Amino acid sequence: MQTVNVMIVGVGGQGSILASKLLGTVLVDCGYQVKVSEVHGMSQRGGSVVTYVRFGDAVYSPVITKGEADYIVSFEKLEAARHAPCLKKGGRIISSSQRIDPMPVITGAAEYPDGVLEELRSKGVLVDELDALELARSAGSAKSVNIVLMGRLARYFDIPMEKWLAAIEKCVKPQFAEVNKKAFMLGCDG
Amino acid sequence: MKKLMLGNEAIARGLYEAGVRVVSSYPGTPSTEITEFAAKYDEIYCEWAPNEKVAAEVAFGASLRGVRSACAMKHVGLNVAADPLFTLSYTGVGGGMVIFVADDPAMHSSQNEQDSRHYAIAAKVPMLEPADSAEAKEFVKLAYELSERFDTPVIVRMCTRIAHSQCQVELENRQELKPLEYKKNPAKYIMAPANAIKRHPFVEERTARLREYGESADINRIERGSSDRIGIICAGTCYQYVKEALGDSVSVLKLGLVNPLPDRLIRKFAASVEKLYVIEELDGVIQGHVSSLGLECVGKEVFSPLGEYSQATIREAFGLSQPESLSADSEIPVRPPVMCAGCPHRGMFYILSKNKITVLGDIGCYTLGSAAPLSALDSTLCMGASVSGLHGFNKAGGSEAEGRSVCVIGDSTFMHSGITGLVNIAYNASNSTVIILDNSITGMTGHQQNPTTGYNIKGDPAAAVNLEELCRAVGIKRVRVVDPYNLKECEAAVLEELAVAEPSVIISRRPCVLLKYVKPKPSLAVDRDKCVGCRMCMRLGCPAISIDKEDKKAKIDSTQCVGCEVCEQLCRLGAIVKGEL
Repeated sequence: MQTVNVMIVGVGGQGSILASKLLGTVLVDCGYQVKVSEVHGMSQRGGSVVTYVRFGDAVYSPVITKGEADYIVSFEKLEAARHAPCLKKGGRIISSSQRIDPMPVITGAAEYPDGVLEELRSKGVLVDELDALELARSAGSAKSVNIVLMGRLARYFDIPMEKWLAAIEKCVKPQFAEVNKKAFMLGCDG
Repeated sequence: MKKLMLGNEAIARGLYEAGVRVVSSYPGTPSTEITEFAAKYDEIYCEWAPNEKVAAEVAFGASLRGVRSACAMKHVGLNVAADPLFTLSYTGVGGGMVIFVADDPAMHSSQNEQDSRHYAIAAKVPMLEPADSAEAKEFVKLAYELSERFDTPVIVRMCTRIAHSQCQVELENRQELKPLEYKKNPAKYIMAPANAIKRHPFVEERTARLREYGESADINRIERGSSDRIGIICAGTCYQYVKEALGDSVSVLKLGLVNPLPDRLIRKFAASVEKLYVIEELDGVIQGHVSSLGLECVGKEVFSPLGEYSQATIREAFGLSQPESLSADSEIPVRPPVMCAGCPHRGMFYILSKNKITVLGDIGCYTLGSAAPLSALDSTLCMGASVSGLHGFNKAGGSEAEGRSVCVIGDSTFMHSGITGLVNIAYNASNSTVIILDNSITGMTGHQQNPTTGYNIKGDPAAAVNLEELCRAVGIKRVRVVDPYNLKECEAAVLEELAVAEPSVIISRRPCVLLKYVKPKPSLAVDRDKCVGCRMCMRLGCPAISIDKEDKKAKIDSTQCVGCEVCEQLCRLGAIVKGEL
């Protein structure tokens, strides 16, 4: 099979590492060869963060470059737009509707491009926008935005639900398994 | 059993399987997780050392005593550990010893883009470079075999894309090794001239034997492609980019041992292809060697010495088409990293910025104090350079500089390399004011304990350095502690110490707001009737405070605010208040 490329993007501290852990785990359980690449350190402090997940029969490079991503899963609208050039023709953006102002916007040095997802949609990009924060809150924890987004991504994958739920159990502490399973289902169905 | 593992986790697994007993390191992105994961194995003694030189020497001592040992560091850490490295090359080892060094092309979290391969060549020690997590684990075990067989420390070179990428790794059992019996061996281990002179020929002869080993070692392999038109020599992550972009259409010489390089194998490969390329990130190290053999090759003429490569770099160089892509027309503002809401460094930086003080900075989260609107820093060089640099700055600038300049250095960085600079300040009667930003943790690398925190790598209670007493003991008479959440106290301390013609230390002490035991206070809020939109609070550069688009008044994001109350002290109108409105 052709390698499938997923980018998980957001703002440092939003929980992209757990999202990629869940995705990597379920893909390994499905028998794929998987590569996950993340960047730690300086970028964690409220900066723009990117994680690459690639899977298929034989995966070499750990990174995804321009025009290669099948999916961009974003915790934040501006970050979805920032990484849109990486999207493959016909690729899909899944973005939470959350807006987090970067420092240049806070200080007034730059404008936040509010309608940027609509703009991408008008150019033919498939955009699936959801209020992942609200769905996470209704699942019982605002922190499970990452799992809500993985739930939405699961819609587009042919992976049985039991495998996803089993992977959640492997990736989170037992006391958080239920809330995260609920968050996943809300992301998938909500 | 196979497990998805970070390159760094795979290294730690390799340490476990290779029967390693002692690991000593100083944290540094992207190498930190090697030691963190190793510490999870009870069979391995692990520690955070104050710096990389200490760590390498601890590993040396363990090797001398006959067990397998390791130390891990980022590329610039090897500068600090270079002193023991160069002579360890002469002494060789008892138990196997491996140094893990992680380069950071593209400087995701570093102050430079140096290429560690130069150290392997300069110190005349073998260097292995894995291309993914699975290979990383295998190379660890091989590194110990080579270390003991050739009587040499071995360097394993990582880079960000190997250290922080995950792939499946096969788990195997640990090889339990008995420590070697300790025998005194002055001719090998006392590197006084009479002995060292005899060891140098051994080092040269060892390099020749290692080069011979590399000629037929499995880790240097030729992968024949469908055509012999193009041949590519590569190692590490570049191998993955080449395979991704060009597949089996080209022949590849994939090097696992990147120092010393196998001359005959390279010649054989070069002779088998029409055009030879060397693809390597950063410097043209392999290319230089290939050229020295009199072989024609293309390398840095086409491939940049700057930053990271990718499959797109390779496609471009070989004239292949790039996939289509599109972007939004709207301008996308950058999102640089920032100091967290409630960061204890912010209050002190505000005072320094407000008083237009020259600030020599250091390495850590507080480097972010250089960003607008605080723009508080004048320099950042390397670990500890703020303290020694300030002394030089003041000696050159005299009383004018002394009254207007300070340095800032974190608690962990002060332990690493700041103490000797402070000794110099006391000893050479410098009228310098050193500010230690003590947030009780090594912050930037993700919360590692250090000698000031009172806990060791396992989280068990440990002896804690008393910074005040340490500073007094080296000869600083004026030592005071302030709370950076109290702006008045900070300002008074800074202005008073600058006014005194004596060395002084101000310890700005408050734990990092991200530490689990630090409980946030309720969010503050802006009283919209009192706020006039003067933007005083905006001078702090706090990510929780912004200006409302509609009424142009300040607002506080309650999900980010931790109630540090620093902004409240700035608001002359009392518009920033506790609790919901």
